[in-house]
Amino acid sequence: MVNLFKHAKACTTAFAVAAASFMTAGHATAADDTITIGYAVALTGPNATGAGISTVPNYRLWVDQVNGEGGIEMPDGSRKMIEVVEYDDRSSNEDLVRAIERLASQDKVDLILPPWGTGANLAIAPLMARFGYPQLAVTAVTDKAPEFAARWDRSFWMLGGGHDYATGLVDVLAQARDAGTINNKIAAVSVADGFGIDLIKGARPAFEEAGFELVYDESYPLGTSDFAAIMSEAQASGADSFVAFSYPPGSFGMTKTAQAMGFNPKVFYISVGGAFPIYPGIADGKADGVMAIGGVDGTSDSVKAYFDAHTAFVGNPPDSWASAVTFASLEMLEQAIGRVGLDHGDLAAELSNGTFDTVIGQVKLEDNQLRDLWTVGQWQNGAFVGVGPADKTGAAAPVIPKPEW
Amino acid sequence: MKYVIYPVALALLAAVPFVASDYALGLLIGMVTYVTLASAWAMFSGPTHYVSLATVAFYGAGAYVVAMLNEVMAYPMILLITAGVGAAMALVVGLSTLRLAGVYFVIFSFGLAELIRQLITWYEINIYGTLGRYIFVDITARGIYWQMLALAAITIGLTAYINRSRLGLALRVIGDDEVVAAHSGIPLARMKLMAFVLSATILTLAGAIASPRWVYVEPAIVFNPTVSFLTVIMALFGGANRLWGPALGAIPLFLAFEYLSAHFPDVYPIFLGALFIGVVFLFPNGVLAGIEGLRRGKKEETA
Amino acid sequence: MFVTILILGLVLGGTYALLALGLTLQYGIARIMNLAYGELTLAAAFVLVALMQGFGISPLLTVALIGPVGYVVGSLLYTVMMKPLVARSSGGKLDVDSILATFGLLFLIQGVLLLVFGPNFTSISYLDKGVTIFGVTVALNRLIALGICVVVGGALVIALATTRWGLALRAVAQTPTSAPLVGLDVNKVARQGFALGTALAATAGATVAMYQTFSASGGVVFTMKALVIVIMGGVGNVGGALAAGLLLGLVETFVATAIDPGLTLAATFAIFLLVLLFRPQGLFGKA
Repeated sequence: MVNLFKHAKACTTAFAVAAASFMTAGHATAADDTITIGYAVALTGPNATGAGISTVPNYRLWVDQVNGEGGIEMPDGSRKMIEVVEYDDRSSNEDLVRAIERLASQDKVDLILPPWGTGANLAIAPLMARFGYPQLAVTAVTDKAPEFAARWDRSFWMLGGGHDYATGLVDVLAQARDAGTINNKIAAVSVADGFGIDLIKGARPAFEEAGFELVYDESYPLGTSDFAAIMSEAQASGADSFVAFSYPPGSFGMTKTAQAMGFNPKVFYISVGGAFPIYPGIADGKADGVMAIGGVDGTSDSVKAYFDAHTAFVGNPPDSWASAVTFASLEMLEQAIGRVGLDHGDLAAELSNGTFDTVIGQVKLEDNQLRDLWTVGQWQNGAFVGVGPADKTGAAAPVIPKPEW
Repeated sequence: MKYVIYPVALALLAAVPFVASDYALGLLIGMVTYVTLASAWAMFSGPTHYVSLATVAFYGAGAYVVAMLNEVMAYPMILLITAGVGAAMALVVGLSTLRLAGVYFVIFSFGLAELIRQLITWYEINIYGTLGRYIFVDITARGIYWQMLALAAITIGLTAYINRSRLGLALRVIGDDEVVAAHSGIPLARMKLMAFVLSATILTLAGAIASPRWVYVEPAIVFNPTVSFLTVIMALFGGANRLWGPALGAIPLFLAFEYLSAHFPDVYPIFLGALFIGVVFLFPNGVLAGIEGLRRGKKEETA
Repeated sequence: MFVTILILGLVLGGTYALLALGLTLQYGIARIMNLAYGELTLAAAFVLVALMQGFGISPLLTVALIGPVGYVVGSLLYTVMMKPLVARSSGGKLDVDSILATFGLLFLIQGVLLLVFGPNFTSISYLDKGVTIFGVTVALNRLIALGICVVVGGALVIALATTRWGLALRAVAQTPTSAPLVGLDVNKVARQGFALGTALAATAGATVAMYQTFSASGGVVFTMKALVIVIMGGVGNVGGALAAGLLLGLVETFVATAIDPGLTLAATFAIFLLVLLFRPQGLFGKA
C-alpha cells in the first residue's frame, strides 16, 4: 500500500509539472503590426454542423479577405494583419467557457469572435463582460435579447428572437389569407428545443390574433428521424398552411416525407435548414415556393458579390439566413476598429452607436440589437430571397400557393 | 505521515486561485470536476464492476435543480436539495436495476440518461411552458473551484474510508463473485444500493456546483452523453479499483484533450480514439497497475 | 387511422429492425458490445453518397455491394482489434474491454469521417416517390429498406435455424466455453458473426442514406436505436430483433399519432427500460 502511495505521488508530481508547462505555453505575443483574433467554436460534436455552415466559413473568409487587402485599417491609416487563434469547444459549454478564459487571460487576444448557438453565446456572455470584450452574438436567437443587451452592455444580438420570426410569418400568411389564396387553418409542428419552443410560443398568440385557427399543433423531440406520422396528421388536418419550426434534420426529413406522400399544402414553411444551399438538392430540384426562416435581399449586388466570394473561397454558397449577418457583423467590427482602434470600451460604444456599410446594407443597431431583419424567405427561381417583412427594401412578393412538388 | 501530507496538499491546491490566471483556474476547475466524477463513479463501479453510463443523468439533474431553483432560494439550500434529489433518484433507480448484471446494466444506465432527458424536455414544454432556463447566481470561478475541490476531497476521503470498512470489503466480494458474496451472508442489495446512492449523490452535487458556469441550460446541453463516456474512460484509464486511480486517469486525459482541441482541432477525435484503443491494449487494468507491472517486471529481470 | 398507424409503423419499424440486426449478431455471437456500431453504419451512408455524387453510381447498386465490403472490414476489425481482447479476458472483463476499445473506435471513425466529409448535414434525394398501400402513402426508399430487412432478416432466421453453419453460430452464442468441446472453432465462428454483423451494419447504413439526413457526429443515435431493439428482442436473437424493431416502429407511430409526438422517444426508452427490468432476456427470449 505504501508503495502504491509512492507511485501515486510520483505520478501526481509528473502531471503537475506537465500541467504547469502546459498552462504557460501561451501563444507568442503579437507583434505591433498584427491583431490577434481568437474564437472557440464547435469543430466536432453535434454543434459542428451549425457552426460549419454559418460561423466558421465566414470567419475564415473574412480573415482571408482582410489579410488579402493588407490587414485591418487602423484609425491612423496603418494596417495590421490578422492572426487567428482557433479552438474547438467540442460542442460542450464547459470546454467553451474554458477556451474563452484561455483566449482572454492566456493568449490575451485583441478580440474574441462569438461561438455558434444561443446556449453557447449565453454561456460566455458573463465572461466576455468581465474581461470587457465586445460580443457580437449572431447565431443566437432569443426573445430575451433586450434583457441581455442591458445586462451585459458590450453584448450585441444580431439575429432577433423567436417572436420576430413567428410574427413575420404570420404577417405573410395573413396577407395571403386576406387575398383569399389560403384558408385560415394552420398545421404547425415544432422541435422540442429552446429554439422551436420559442418560435411556437411566439406564433400561437400571433396566429390567434390574426384570426387563424391552429388545427394541428404538436412538438416532436430533437432526434426524431421519421416524420411520416406527423405529416399524415398534418395533411389530414385540412390546413392550407404547413408550418414547421424545425432544425435541419427535421426540415429536410419533412420535405422528403411531404414529397413522398404527395402532401401539397399551399404554404410549406420550414425553419433552420430551409435556407441552406443544399436544400434544393434535398428537395429534388423542387424547392421553388418553399418558405423558410431568414432570407437575403435578392436584388442586392453586395449580397451577390458576397455569395460569389463565399463560393470561391469555401467551395459552396453560404446559407441565406445567418451567414450574411455573420459576415456583416465582422464588417462592422472591421469598420469600428478603423474608426476608434482596439480599445474595447471605444469599440463597444462605436458598435452600439455607429452606422456601418455591410453586405446586408446599412446597419445601425437599436439598443445593441439588429432589428432590421429578414424574417421570412422563399425559394424563387432557384434562389432563396427575403419576402418578409414586405416593406423591407428588396423584398420579393411571396408566391402562394406553392407550386405542387 | 499522510495525515500531514494530505491536508497540506489540499491547502496548497486551495491557494492556487490566488496566483493562477483565469485560464489556469478554468483548467483546474475542469480537472477537479473530472477527478470528482471519475472518483465518485469508481466508488460504486470500481469494486462491483458495474459499468454505469448514467453519470450524466445525475450530473445533469444536479445542474437542472440549480436552474429550476436559483431564482427562488439561497444557494446552500439548493445544494442540500440537490443532494436529496440525487439520493432519491439513485434510490429509485438502484432499487429497480441493481439486479441487472453485466452489459444489461451498462445499457440500462445509458438508456436512463436519455429517458430523463426526454422526460425533462417534455415536462418543461408542456408543464413549465418553455425550454431553457437561466442560472444567474453570484458565484465566481474561484468559488466553484473551492466547492469542487472540497467535493473531490470528500469523495476520495470517503472512498478511502469505504475501502477499509465492511462495505468496501463486501463490495469487492460482490465484484469478484456475486454468488459467493450471497453465500457468505452479505446483504447484496443493501450493500450495492448504499454504494450506488453515495456515488450518485456526489455526481449530482458535482453537476450543481459546475452549473453556474453554463448560465443557460437546456436538456440537450446538460445531458451531454460525452460526460458519461469520459468519466468511465478516465476512471478505467487510471484504474477504477484504486483510491487514486480515477484521479490519475482524469488529470492527464483531461490535459490531453485540452491540448488536442487547441492544437489539432480537426484530428482530435482520431487521436482520442487511438488513445483509448492503445490504453485498452497496453494497460488493461489501468495505468497504475500497468506501471506497477512494468516495475515488477524490471525487478524480476534484474534479480 | 388504424391502417395508417399500422402501415407507417411497420415501414418505420422495418428500417429500425434492419439497423439492429447487425448489432444483435455482433454481441450475440462475438460477445463484442460494439459502441462504434453507429459509426460503421454512418461510414457506409457517406460512402453511398460519395459514390453517387462523385461517380454517379446508383445507390441501389451500392446497397447491394456494400454488404460484402462490410464483411471484409468487419473480419479485419475482429482479427486485428477484437481477437486479442477476447483471447486475454473472460466473462465480465470482456464486456468492459470491448466497450472501451469500441468507444475508441467510435472516435477514430468519427474523426476520419469529419476529416473526409466535413461536419455538415448530408442528405440526398433518391426514390422519395410515394407508393400507396391500402390508401396510405409511404416513401419508396423506406419501403425498400423494409424489403431488405424482411429478406435479409428472414434469410438469417432460416439459415440460423436450419443450416449446419447456423447451428455452429448458435452453439457459440449460447455456450462459448463448451463449444470447442464439440469441435467448433470458436474464434472463427465469432469472427464470422462479427463480420456478418458489420456487413449488415453497412447495408443498413447505406439504406439510411437514401431517406434520412445525417452528419458525421450522429452515429451514436443509430447505436442507441439499435441497442434498444437488440435488448428488446433478446441479445443474439435475430428473429427477436426483427419483431422488436417492427414493434418499436408501431409504438412510435402510435404515440406520435394518438398521444403526443413529443413523447415518442420517451416511450421508446420507457419500454426499453421496462423490458430490461422485467424481461432482460428480451420480449421473445426464454426465461
